[in-house]
Amino acid sequence: MRLRPAFEGHQVVYVTVSETYRSHVPGEKLRVVPDVTRWDRVGLVKCAARVLGVLVAERPDVVISTGALPGFFGIVLGKSLGCRTIWVDSIANVEELSMSGAKVGPFADLWLTQWRELERAGGPEYAGAIL
Amino acid sequence: MIFVTVGAQMPFDRMVKAVDEWAAARKRADVFAQIGPADYVPRHVKWTRFLEPDDFLARYREASVIVAHAGTGSILQALELGKPILVMPRRAALRETRNDHQVATAERFQSLGRVPVAWDATDLAQALDRIDGLSSEKTLGPYASTQLITRLRRFLDE
Repeated sequence: MRLRPAFEGHQVVYVTVSETYRSHVPGEKLRVVPDVTRWDRVGLVKCAARVLGVLVAERPDVVISTGALPGFFGIVLGKSLGCRTIWVDSIANVEELSMSGAKVGPFADLWLTQWRELERAGGPEYAGAIL
Repeated sequence: MIFVTVGAQMPFDRMVKAVDEWAAARKRADVFAQIGPADYVPRHVKWTRFLEPDDFLARYREASVIVAHAGTGSILQALELGKPILVMPRRAALRETRNDHQVATAERFQSLGRVPVAWDATDLAQALDRIDGLSSEKTLGPYASTQLITRLRRFLDE
């Protein structure tokens, strides 16, 4: 939500893990996918399938994610479908990149960290925080 | 009203118990806690396990001060609303979370001068004694830094 001004003038579809967030984006398109942790194998397959379903249905030009596993799938699958991809690593990861964030690099056309200390050549770029 | 929140995912009995005992000792009747799927049920403060996003926001608005686990969502929400917040990080060694990211988050926000931190239950009780004097010096705008927004817009327009 804190990134919304960046999307002005673009058509946006929000993908989240809970129907309860619908009230946060009145009048805008929201799609819900199941949340999952890396320890839940069946859940991982279901989550990835739903994310793929959303991508195929919506055909976005750009996929942007601020983290977590469903977002990771969005970036990896989005890239393979020819979308441009942006990963903004969560502000919660202050000392090292998240597990998803560390693996997502090769699939992200724009790979951002929110902490200057984590910026690396060939790694994520620091371009300010959501703060 | 002091609003206490542990977030939606896991219990944080150590913090809730410390707040409950403090409220009993100080005879505070103005504490409301969102305790999650917890084993420890408060005996002195009012509580609920979960709040839908709208109810959660209402509690935040209503509160004079927030006491929270060191989750970024809880912290950012307080900063956006200009509410003073005191946080206590969950610890992986106590199985309160999977890793110590909340310790790192707490250290970072503390060093930015944005958020006071209680490092354990004793610390929390002492900080709670000073909680009515806690003020929110800076508030946070509703959107990310201009630098980050500009970088994203540049990429989208390429």
